[in-house]
Amino acid sequence: MNKRWAAFQNSADYRFVPYIMAGDPCEEATIELSLALEDCGAAALELGVPYSDPLADGPVIQRAGMRGLRQKMNLEKTIKLVSKLRGRGLKIPVIIFTYYNLLLQLGENRFMTLAEENGVDGILVPDLPYEESSYLKEMCSAHHLALISLVAPTTHNEKLNKLSREAEGFLYCISSLGVTGVRSEFRDGLNDFLRAAKEHSAVPVLVGFGLSKRNQIEQFEGTSDGFIIGSAIVKKIESLEKELINNREEAIVEFKQYIESLLPVYSR
Amino acid sequence: MSAAIVPDHRGRYGNFGGKYVPETIMFALEELEKSFEEALNDKEFQKQFQNELAVYSGRPTPLTFAERLSEANGGAKIYLKREDLNHTGAHKINNAIGQALLAVRMGKKKIIAETGAGQHGVAAATVAAKYGLSCKVYMGKEDIRRQALNVFRMKLLGAEVIEVTSGSQTLKDATNEAIREWVASVEDTFYLIGSAVGPHPYPKMVKNFQQVIGFETIDQFIRENEGSLPDAVVACVGGGSNAIGMFAPFIEKDVPLFGVEAAGKGIETNAHAATLSKGTNGVIHGSLTKLLQTEEGQITEPYSISAGLDYPGIGPEHAYLHETERVKYEAVTDQESLDALKSLCLNEGILCALESAHAVAYSLKLAKNMNKDEAIVVCLSGRGDKDVHTLMEKVEGGNQYE
Repeated sequence: MNKRWAAFQNSADYRFVPYIMAGDPCEEATIELSLALEDCGAAALELGVPYSDPLADGPVIQRAGMRGLRQKMNLEKTIKLVSKLRGRGLKIPVIIFTYYNLLLQLGENRFMTLAEENGVDGILVPDLPYEESSYLKEMCSAHHLALISLVAPTTHNEKLNKLSREAEGFLYCISSLGVTGVRSEFRDGLNDFLRAAKEHSAVPVLVGFGLSKRNQIEQFEGTSDGFIIGSAIVKKIESLEKELINNREEAIVEFKQYIESLLPVYSR
Repeated sequence: MSAAIVPDHRGRYGNFGGKYVPETIMFALEELEKSFEEALNDKEFQKQFQNELAVYSGRPTPLTFAERLSEANGGAKIYLKREDLNHTGAHKINNAIGQALLAVRMGKKKIIAETGAGQHGVAAATVAAKYGLSCKVYMGKEDIRRQALNVFRMKLLGAEVIEVTSGSQTLKDATNEAIREWVASVEDTFYLIGSAVGPHPYPKMVKNFQQVIGFETIDQFIRENEGSLPDAVVACVGGGSNAIGMFAPFIEKDVPLFGVEAAGKGIETNAHAATLSKGTNGVIHGSLTKLLQTEEGQITEPYSISAGLDYPGIGPEHAYLHETERVKYEAVTDQESLDALKSLCLNEGILCALESAHAVAYSLKLAKNMNKDEAIVVCLSGRGDKDVHTLMEKVEGGNQYE
């Protein structure tokens, strides 16, 4: 476990982990948005990689991916972007969120080398379930990267216990069925699921998928160690697309105001 | 000729196959696999399936000796396995019946399906009506525009057709969208995949429900030819369900097998769907297979005159049969398939689907280099009524009317 993960895990805060898409709407905007998020109290950052066929994502993140693709952003450039983020002072763990096909084409070996060189801390592959992940997991541990595991409300208990025990970095608990995207309600039993995940987990347990409001986040404070927000933030970035390119300074001020309005008081 | 038993317990065909899907639907794949294996070993289920194929779809479909076509072409005799004579006009119904019966057995009341040209969508809507299930069909906006008649047929059958506007708005995006919907509704919904693609156990299951094509062919051919087997078997390949159904019982036998992909405007151009000829290893729709993609791994849009063949991936078992060289995969252009379609029409009075015309075109080439006493079986996967509009544009619009 590196220093950045140690700080993440030892934090007493209710952890805020944002997701943004690399290259959306341009590389420099991604850098400044990342720094703004850290400023607002982000405990770690998930950096998405644009992909033609993102089958775990809803429309908001699909559109962000299309914008990233138009910028010719790809997996290798996303990894190298992390080194630029480090150069600009970003201290929190960065997790690359990539579909498996992109990783296969770059090559798992090359990914590991690049990730180590550029200050990446973890990887999350939404279409690589536990059953297919043993090779990548070995590679990640040899290269000191956390392979972030996802568990869903449909994950059966035995598997949930196993995944919780083996989790690295943090355990990503999917709040609801379906793809990424904003939701107005959460299913009954979600808190029980989070409690079950926490029981065996050696790492912080985070809840994600669909969160977009302060009062939603506060519901899970007692049963989880943090939360992930993706689509709601990406939607805000979409609404600021032009400003983030032409008038970045002001756009970042507005973005930070939005993030602060989202966060529970105690996680800032 | 002997090969390893595939798929293995992880759903692997050599390096290919597997389950590359979000964790949320892993339990559903396990549940499906368990139910499917139970159904496989349940004589009642098998009897019910065979009976539905007979009394609802009209099986067995005939094996027709294309005498005039063979003579006009020269060389080997050509036999046609007439999947075009199935209810709804193509082999797709075999699999749709099988999966619908399984859905009913599992207590699922809702099915979802993806479709490109609309043939699988129509088959899914048909079995949904027959077995009293609700049905949502995901179809790309672009395909909805091109296939208005099939869209109307699906609606007439009571299905809801959902327009997919993501990505390139065609089959691959419709499949992504169906998977996304399945992730959201997985607890009460059965995903009826139309081809031998997708995560395990789908490729195995689709093959199982389609292999009736090959078994009937062997029976029929042997009866007509004093116990001998054909000297070659040919089928077109998009995702590969008719081909795997035809090939399955031949794989362990000493019979050369040929899969025919769509070369579109030529495999040296960018406008083709020749996944095995030009594709590289990658993951699409839950399966590790060959696919058409950029070096970085962005999946590219295939092209073929035939809407059923323009899929950027291919069933993982075909990728495996290609790698082990048990099946030879060839590619046939739009023009070659159009010529074959016309020749079949004029010589046999059979209007086949543009997909099937690719298999016919290759078998005509193959036959020319074989002896008169040898025989080729071609899987005529579907009828051409759905393609009449395209054919009118190509044949009359292009001044090629003969």
